[in-house]
Amino acid sequence: MSTLAIEFTEANFNSEVESSEVPVVVDFWAEWCGPCKLLSPTIDAIAEKYKGKVKVGKVNVEQNPSIVQKYGVRNIPNILVFNNGNIENQIIGNVPESDISSILDKLI
Amino acid sequence: MKQKVIIIGSGPAGLTAAIYAARANLEPLVFEGIQPGGQLTITTDVENYPGFPDGILGPELMDNFRKQAQRFGAETHFKNVDKLDLKNKPFVVHVGDERYESDTIIIATGASAKLLGLDSESKLMGYGVSACATCDGFFFKDKEILVVGGGDSAMEEANYLTRFASKVTLVHRRDSFRASKIMQNRVLKNPKIEVMWNSVILDMYGEPDRGGLTGVKIQNTLNKESFKMDCDGVFIAVGHNPNSDLFSNQLDLNEKGYILTKEDTSHTSIEGVFAAGDIHDVKYKQAVTAAGSGCKAALDAEHYLENL
Repeated sequence: MSTLAIEFTEANFNSEVESSEVPVVVDFWAEWCGPCKLLSPTIDAIAEKYKGKVKVGKVNVEQNPSIVQKYGVRNIPNILVFNNGNIENQIIGNVPESDISSILDKLI
Repeated sequence: MKQKVIIIGSGPAGLTAAIYAARANLEPLVFEGIQPGGQLTITTDVENYPGFPDGILGPELMDNFRKQAQRFGAETHFKNVDKLDLKNKPFVVHVGDERYESDTIIIATGASAKLLGLDSESKLMGYGVSACATCDGFFFKDKEILVVGGGDSAMEEANYLTRFASKVTLVHRRDSFRASKIMQNRVLKNPKIEVMWNSVILDMYGEPDRGGLTGVKIQNTLNKESFKMDCDGVFIAVGHNPNSDLFSNQLDLNEKGYILTKEDTSHTSIEGVFAAGDIHDVKYKQAVTAAGSGCKAALDAEHYLENL
């Protein structure tokens, strides 16, 4: 688990993500998912680049089944970008940093 | 600064080329691409790579390859090459805003999972349709799912998915599998797997914003009859396409997009550009053959640089 990205859980998902005033990047991952591990440095880079402007965090799909259920996540890596509590965008699979930046640049 | 060797790709071919090039003091630079470690990073147990009598996890094997290359001075980057200019020498590699020059290029970009090519499939990708069983199997606990394909990947995925799914139906367009016998037997003996021979998927049903995939339309290829079948997930394992977009109009390729190499070597149609692994292997496509061809490419590059 990286230090830059926040850990989102069932306990804090509403306050940290759904009620957030700034856009939020949520990376759904699991320990056994190879591509998720490869995406991890990219997520850290995004957290660093947008520090103060965008919240960046991760959801462990094994530990947070109700979030997985609520947002119908069936593939990981899976990035949901929230803005004002709504899903602004969804990216499935391991993608380069620029794919995520281009979405965020339009929101801030 | 001009490089001696730039390697594009980081599967068994690219990283073996990196090990050999690094040991030849060529200080290779490796651009790992969008799937660092290559296709093995989305498999589970690799049981046919020699030297591991008890098998080894794919991602772990590829971490070892990378560490071994780094130990001898290979520089590896989790970056993707955007553009390649092979017309003039030194060759030019563009990575985002960065520009690199190199005397030789080893191309080991590998292959990507092929899809069926249905509109409904691309629409539902990520909403019940998947090309990575190890990533997504978890989401199909006690669900009924389909696996499409007849090769080793399809067998492995079907078996793996029975850990989660209540039932796996393996849909295959022919009446026999091309998979290795050991993998076929595991599937045929698995009580949770049912094989649907001579069958193809014609369409998929469901909407991404309304729960995703709900079922598929299957056709029997012999009597052409089609029917609808409910399912919660479809995993596609119908083979691979070579990743040749970067150089498709610069190097000689075969009709399917694989790089043509000169007999028994890794030489491509441009001197100083070498190919290794699945990007030029139309026949074997194994981790161990990819590693072998990565070694050949590095030795060919070394020889070429000596005579420059």
